Amino acid sequence: MKLNELTAHELLDLYKSKTTTPQTVYEEVCKAVNQLDSKVQAYLRLAKNKPQSLSPSSPTGDQKFPIPIAIKDNICIKNEEVTCASCILKGFHPPYDATVIERIKKAGGMIVGQANMDEFAFGSSTENSSSGATRNPWNLNCVPGGSSGGSAAAVAAHETIWALGSDTGGSIRQPAAFCGVVGLKPTYGRVSRYGLIAFASSLDQIGPLTKDVTDNALLLNIIAGYDERDSTCADVAVADYTKSLVKDVQGFKIGIPKEYFIAGLDREVKSAVEEAIAVLKKLGAEFKEVSLPHTEYAVATYYILATAEASSNLARFDGVQFGLRSTPAAVRRSPIVDMYEATRDAGFGQEAKRRIMLGTYSLSSGYYDAYYLRGQQVRTLIKRDFDEAFKEFDAIITPTAPTTAFKLGEKTDDPLAMYLSDIYTISANLAGIPAISLPCGFSQNGLPIGLQILGKPFDEQMLFRMAYSYEQSTSWHKRKVAF
Amino acid sequence: MPEFETVIGLEVHLQFNTATKIFCGCANFFGKDPNTLTCPVCLGLPGSLPVLNKKVLLYAIKVAMALNCQINPYIKFDRKNYYYPDLPKGYQISQYDFPVAYNGWIMIPMTEGPDKKIHIKRAHLEEDAGKLIHDPATNSSLVDYNRTGTPLLEIVTAPDLRCAQEAYDYLTTLKLILQYLHVSDCDMEKGSLRCDANISIREKGDGRFGTKTEIKNMNSFRAVKAALQFEANRHQKLLSSHQRIIQETRLWNEEKAMTISMRSKEEAHDYRYFPEPDLVPFVVDEKTLTQIKASLPELPQEKFGRFLNEYKISGYDAQIIIQDPELSLFFEKCCQLTREIKKVCNWLIGPLLQELHTRKAAITQLSLTPDDVVNLIKKVDSGILSNLVAKDVLKLKLDTGQSIDTIIIEQGLTQVSDDGTLEKIIAEILGENDRVVEQIKQGKESAIVFLVGQAMKKTQGKANPKKIGELIKRRFQNG
Repeated sequence: MKLNELTAHELLDLYKSKTTTPQTVYEEVCKAVNQLDSKVQAYLRLAKNKPQSLSPSSPTGDQKFPIPIAIKDNICIKNEEVTCASCILKGFHPPYDATVIERIKKAGGMIVGQANMDEFAFGSSTENSSSGATRNPWNLNCVPGGSSGGSAAAVAAHETIWALGSDTGGSIRQPAAFCGVVGLKPTYGRVSRYGLIAFASSLDQIGPLTKDVTDNALLLNIIAGYDERDSTCADVAVADYTKSLVKDVQGFKIGIPKEYFIAGLDREVKSAVEEAIAVLKKLGAEFKEVSLPHTEYAVATYYILATAEASSNLARFDGVQFGLRSTPAAVRRSPIVDMYEATRDAGFGQEAKRRIMLGTYSLSSGYYDAYYLRGQQVRTLIKRDFDEAFKEFDAIITPTAPTTAFKLGEKTDDPLAMYLSDIYTISANLAGIPAISLPCGFSQNGLPIGLQILGKPFDEQMLFRMAYSYEQSTSWHKRKVAF
Repeated sequence: MPEFETVIGLEVHLQFNTATKIFCGCANFFGKDPNTLTCPVCLGLPGSLPVLNKKVLLYAIKVAMALNCQINPYIKFDRKNYYYPDLPKGYQISQYDFPVAYNGWIMIPMTEGPDKKIHIKRAHLEEDAGKLIHDPATNSSLVDYNRTGTPLLEIVTAPDLRCAQEAYDYLTTLKLILQYLHVSDCDMEKGSLRCDANISIREKGDGRFGTKTEIKNMNSFRAVKAALQFEANRHQKLLSSHQRIIQETRLWNEEKAMTISMRSKEEAHDYRYFPEPDLVPFVVDEKTLTQIKASLPELPQEKFGRFLNEYKISGYDAQIIIQDPELSLFFEKCCQLTREIKKVCNWLIGPLLQELHTRKAAITQLSLTPDDVVNLIKKVDSGILSNLVAKDVLKLKLDTGQSIDTIIIEQGLTQVSDDGTLEKIIAEILGENDRVVEQIKQGKESAIVFLVGQAMKKTQGKANPKKIGELIKRRFQNG
C-alpha cells in the first residue's frame, strides 16, 4: 500500500514504529498531487511555504500529528495567498493564521496546499470556482459536491491524508458523501471561526474531512475548543473524541425523520440508507420514526438568512484595501462609486452576484420583516423541532444528499435544482447541531452514497460512536479510488 | 407674521478613552502615525472577527446612569451597511433596536426661571470609522485606519431644545457630566466629542413638527450654536416667503458662516440593519449593574448642591468651581484646613484659575497643595503679605516649586508694617505730591487713595496699604 493511501492513525502507528517519517509521507503526498491533480483539480495551489514541522529549526507546539493536510481556500494561512476561489481576492495574503491553522501547525500538521471550492462557498458542486471545477475522483465526469469539493476530492484521491472544509448548509457533508469520505460539521461554536472568511457567520463552521471516522475524531481533537478571538465560539469543554470510538450502540435511540424520505430521494440512496439502518439495528440500536414538521421550510429559510449575511460579509471586497481593484472605464457617478462597481463586477462570479443581490433585497427597508425577520422566526421553529426530537432520541439518521454525485454542468443552469441538493444538510446548520456524513454504499455505477447522523448540540461523541460502530461493521471506507 | 418656534434635537458622538479599541486589542490613541494602530480586526481583513471590549460596555452603562437613562441589560449589536472607503468592512457595528440606554434626561440651566429637563431618547454603542486624508500631491485620497474601531457612544436627545442657546447649554452641561465620569477627554478639536443637529421650525402652538434638516461638520460648541442660529433663520425666511424646506443633510461652513446642502433625503442610505451574527447577545447581570452604580462619582449637579449646603458659598462661586472636578476636590481639601472659605473661593476662582488658564494646566499638574493656598491666606490675614504680593508669591511658587516661606524670605517680600519705616515713606510721598496734598487739605479725602497707591508703588507692593492709609489720615487730622 502506498503511504498516501493510508489514514492518519495508520501513519501515526508507522511513525511510532519508525517504519516511516513525516518527510517521506509528505513527499509521497506531493508526488500523488503531481500525478493526479491535473485530472482531479482538487487544489487551487500548493503551499508556498514548506511545513514548519519539516524545517530544521525547532517548531513550537507538541508536533504530535505531522500529517499532510489540505485546507479549503477560505481559511486564512499566514503569508499564503488565500482567495476563496474568487478573482476579487486575487493576491490577498493574510498576515495572520486562522485559529484552526495555528492549532494544526502546533500539532505538526503539514499543509500541502489549498483546496478548490465554490467561490466564497456559494455552491454545491465546486463548479462555481474562478479557477475551474474540481472533478469527482470516482468518476471524473461528475462533480465532487461542494462547496468543500476540493477538500473532499483531495482526500478521496489520496492527494492528502486529511483536509479541512467549511460547512454553511452542507458544504462538508454533501461533498464527503459524493466523494466517499467522512465529513463532520461540528456544533456551531465547537470550532473557532477566527480566520475563516465568512459566508454566513451564524451558520459557518469549520470541520474535518477524513478517510475514516477515527481520523475524523483525531482531527476534531486538534481543532476544537474555545477561542477568545471568536465570540461565537463556545466555552464548552472538549472531550477526547477518540474515546468515543467504541463499537457499541446497544440501546441507543435513533430517529428517522419521515419528512426526509420523500419524492426526489434517489432509489439507490434510499435503499443504502435503509441497509445502514439495518446494520445499526443489528448492533442493538433502536429506531423509530420522528417528525421534524418544519423541514419543508428549511431550504427557503436558509437561502434568505445565508444570503442576507453573505451580502453584508462580502461588502468588504470593495477594491479599497486588498485583492482586486479595477479601474472604471468611464466616470459615471463618482470616482469611488465607479471603482466599487468596476471592481465588484469584474471580481465576483455569477453565483456570488446572485446571492449578494438576494441578500441585499431581503434586508432592504420594507422587506426586512417579510424575509429576514420571518426567516429568523422559522429558524427558531426548525431548531425547536430538533430540541423536541432529541428529548426522545440520541441521534437522527438521514441520507446526506438526495442523490449521488451528478454530472458536471448538469445543474449549473438551474440554481434551484442545485440548492435542493442541500435539502438534507441545511437543517443542521439552521439548528446549530452537529452532523456527520460517512460512506454507506455505492450506486450501481460506482458512485459513493453518504449516510448522515445528526446529534444534540456539543454531542459529537454520540456521532463518532454511532459512525464508528457502523463503519467497523462495514467496509465501504476501505474501498479506494482507482485511476 | 406668525411667531415661529424652533425645534432642535442633538446627536452627540462620544469617543471613549479606553486603553484599547471596542472590538480588538489595538491601542485607542489619537495622534500616532497613520495606520500604526491597526490589526486584522480593525482593518476588517477577511476572516477576522470582533470581540467586545467589556470596558466599553462598562463606560456606556456609567454614562447611561449619569444621564438618568433606563439601562438595557440585553446587549446586542447590529450591522449598519454602507460603502465608504473609511469603513473597511462595508458595515459599521452599531446598535439598532436595543440601544444600551434609553429614556434618560438631564437638567440644563435657563437664563430665566428654573432649570429645563432635556430628554435623552437613546444612547447606543458603535465603532468609529477611519479617516480620509486628501493628498494634493497625487490628487488622491488616503485612509488612516488608526481611528477605526475607536469606541463611540451616540447620545441622542428628544426634540426638546427650543433655541441655539439651549443647544449650547445642553452641550456644556453634558460635557461636564462626561468629564466627571472620566470616560472621554471630550475634545471637539480631536474629534473625541462630535455633534450633529436636527432642526425644524413650526408656528408656535402647532403640535406637529416642521420639515427638518440635519447639520453636520460643526467643530465647536460655538459652531453648533452659530449653525443652528443660521439654520433657524434660513427656515424662517423660507417659510415666511412661502417656500418649501427640503429635508436634507447640510454641512456647516465655518469660514462662510453658513450651512451648505450635502445630500437630500432621496439620496439617503438604506442601511439594511440586521443583527451582527459575529457577536452573541448577552445579558448584563444585576450585580454588575449595582457595582457600576456604586462606582459612579458625584455628578456636577449634586456637587453644586452640596457645595452650597456644606460650604455656604455663593451659587456663582460654586458654579465656577464645579466646572473642574479636580479643582473641586482641591477646594474641598482647602476647606478642611481653614474656615476662611470665601477667601479660598476668591483665591481659586481668581488668581489660581487665571494661572491654570495661562499655563494651560490642570490643578493636578501643578506643584501647588491646599496647604499652600491656606498658607497664603494666613500670610495676608496676618499682614505679612499684601494681596498683591501674595499673588506674586503664588506665581513664583508655580514657577519654581519652592515653598511659599522660602520664596517670601529669599525675595524679601514680607509686608512692611512698622510705623517708623512707613512714616518715612509717607514723608517722601507727601513731598513729591504737593498738588494732591493741597486737595486733601481742602477736604477731598478720596485723594488719599492716590497717595496710598504711590506708597505701594514705591515699596513694590510690600507696604501694608491699610496701615499707610491710616497713617496718612492721621497726619492730616493732626496737621
